[in-house]
Amino acid sequence: MSAIGTTRQIPDRLDNPLRSLVFSWEALLVAVAVAIFIVNSLASPYFLDVWSLSDLTFNFTEKGLIALAMALLIISGEIDLSVAAIIALASTLMGMAAVAGVGTPGLVLIGVSVGIACGAFNGFLVTGLGLPSIVVTIGTMSLFRGVAFIILGDQAYNSYPASFAFFGQGYVWWVISFELVLFLVAAVIYGFVLHKTSFGRRVFSIGNNPIASHFTGVRVARTKFILFCLTGLMAGIASVLITSRLGSTRPSIAQGYELEVITMVVLGGVSILGGAGSILGVVLAALIMGMVTFGLGLLNVPGIVMSIFIGLLLILVIALPILWKRVSRRRVA
Amino acid sequence: MNALLKNREIWLVGAIAVLIALIATRFPGFATPRNLANVFNDTSILMILALGQMVVILTRSIDLSMASNLAFTGMVVAMINAAYPGFPIPLLIVVAIGVGLILGAINGFLVWKIGIPPIVVTLGTLTIYRGATFVISGGAWVNADKMSPDFIGLQRMQLLGLPVLSWFAIATILLFFVMMTRTSLGRSLYAIGVNPTASVYAGIDVGRTKFFAFCISGAIAGLAGYLWISRYVIASVEVANGYELNIIAACVIGGISIAGGIGSVGGAVLGALFLGIISSALPVVNISPFWQMAISGTAILLAVVLNARGERKQGRIILKKAEAAAA
Repeated sequence: MSAIGTTRQIPDRLDNPLRSLVFSWEALLVAVAVAIFIVNSLASPYFLDVWSLSDLTFNFTEKGLIALAMALLIISGEIDLSVAAIIALASTLMGMAAVAGVGTPGLVLIGVSVGIACGAFNGFLVTGLGLPSIVVTIGTMSLFRGVAFIILGDQAYNSYPASFAFFGQGYVWWVISFELVLFLVAAVIYGFVLHKTSFGRRVFSIGNNPIASHFTGVRVARTKFILFCLTGLMAGIASVLITSRLGSTRPSIAQGYELEVITMVVLGGVSILGGAGSILGVVLAALIMGMVTFGLGLLNVPGIVMSIFIGLLLILVIALPILWKRVSRRRVA
Repeated sequence: MNALLKNREIWLVGAIAVLIALIATRFPGFATPRNLANVFNDTSILMILALGQMVVILTRSIDLSMASNLAFTGMVVAMINAAYPGFPIPLLIVVAIGVGLILGAINGFLVWKIGIPPIVVTLGTLTIYRGATFVISGGAWVNADKMSPDFIGLQRMQLLGLPVLSWFAIATILLFFVMMTRTSLGRSLYAIGVNPTASVYAGIDVGRTKFFAFCISGAIAGLAGYLWISRYVIASVEVANGYELNIIAACVIGGISIAGGIGSVGGAVLGALFLGIISSALPVVNISPFWQMAISGTAILLAVVLNARGERKQGRIILKKAEAAAA
C-alpha cells in the first residue's frame, strides 16, 4: 500500500515473508472480520444461526460480484460509476421481455448481454475516444438509468416466470444459496486471472504506469476495454440475481449501489489511484460490509444509520495505516 | 489558452440559445424575459452549488459530499427555525454557511493532513453526513407549518424585479468571479490544478489550498442547504439525494475539466443553466419528466466529447494524476 507516497522506492531486500503476511492488508481485514463476527454474536442472540448466516450472504453477494470486476478496473486506473444504472437498464429490459413472454433462459441471456453491451459502450467512450472514465460513467449512469425511466416511468414489471426465481432465491444445497456459490466461483476465477495470469500482470502494470506499459507492448486500450466489458458483464449478472430475488423491477432498482461497490473495493485494499490490490481483500471487504449491515439490521438499526458505519469504516480503514506508517517512520528517524 | 476558454463559453452560450429557440418553436412563451428570469431563479441553487464544486474540481479533487452536506445543514437550520422561530434569518444564514464550512473543513482536513484521496474521503462523508441528518432529526420531517414566515419568505421577496433567491445567485457569481480572477487564492487554485509540482516550487502550499477549496465547497453547500429548504419548504433526510451528480454534471457541461486546472465561473453558471433550461422546458413541450435523466446523461457525454478535443492528454490518465495531487 504505497499508494499515497510520491516516490516508489524498491527496497534492498524484501520483508520477512511471515512478517509481511502478519502485517498485510488482508490480515488486518481478517482481524476486523473476526472482531465484527464476535461483536455481532454477542450483540444479538439471533446472529449465530445457520439460516441467519445464510441470509447474511445475500447482503453482499450481488454487490460483491460487481466489486470483483470493479477491482480489476480500478487497479488499471479507471472507474465505473454506472454499474447500478446498468443493473436498472438490464432489469428493465428483462422485465419487458418477460411481459412479451420470453422464458427464463432468454431473460438471463438478455440481462447478461445488456450488461456487456453497456460495459462495451463505456469502454468505447473511455478507450476509443480517450475520455476520462469518471465523467463518462457519470454520464452513462444518467443515460442508462434514464432509459429505464423512459421505458418504465412510475410503473413496475413483476410478471417473471416462476423458474426465474431460482437465481436470487434458490439454494444449491441446504443453506448454501445459488448466489453465494456464484460469488465464490467468480471470486476464484477473478483471483486466478488477476494474480496468476499474464492478463492480470498487465492490469497491474497499466495501473502503475500506462505509458511504460504501452512501450512494453501491453495493449493498454484493449485491456481496459475488456475490463469495462467485464464490469458490465458482472453488473448484468447482478441484475439477473437482484431481479430474480425481488421478483419485480422499478427504474430506481439498485440505486446507490455504485458507491457501495466502490467502498467494498477500496476497503479491500485496492488503491483508488490504481496499480495495487488483491481479490482476497475485496472478498473479505464484501464479507465485512455484509456482516456490518446484517448485524446492525438484527439490532434494528435503520439502514441510513448503518451507512454512517460504512462511511466511517471506509475512512478509518484507509486513514489508520497511513497514520500508523507515519508514526512508525518517525520513531525510526 | 484564454481564447480557448472564451471559445468554449461562446459555444455553450450558442448551445443554450439554440436550445431556447427550439423550445420556443413549440412554445413561444418560453423565450419571454419573464419566463427566462423564472428559469434563472429555479436554477439559482444549482448554479451556486456548481461554483463551489468547480473550485474543488479545479484542484484535481472532487467533492461528492455536497448534497449530503446540503441535507444536513438544511435540517440543522430548519430545526433551529422550528424550535426558535424568533431566531433572526440573516444569523441563520450565517449558521448555515458555518455548519457547511465545518463539514467541508472535515473533508479538507482528511485530504490535506491525512492524505486520503478526495474521492474516497467524500465518498465516505457522503454517507456519513446523510446518516447524521437522520440521527439529528430522528428521521422526522420539518414541514412548512413549523417554519416561520420569514424563513420561507426571504428568498421569495422581490428586489428590483427579481426574487431574492436570484440575487443570492448573482452575488455568489460575482464573488466567485472576483475570487477566481482577482485574488491570489484564485490563481493558486488554478495553478495547483495545472501543475501541482511546479506550484510547490512557486511557493504555493498545495495541501492547504485544497483544504481551502473544500472549505469553500462546504460553505457553499451550507448556504444552498438553507436556500433549498426554504424553497421547497420541507426538510427531510431524503433532501437532494443523489444531487451531487447533477452538480458535477453542471460543471462537466460547463467545460470544467475533471483533470483539474481548466474551468471558469462563466462555464459553471452556463452548465447549470443548460440543465435548468432542460428541466423546466420538458413539461412545457409535453415531454414526460422521465426523459430528463437520459437527456442530461446525453448532454454530459456530448459535453465531454466536445471538451476533450482541446485537452485529450489531460483526460486520459486522470486517476494517475490524482496521485501527484494527493501527495
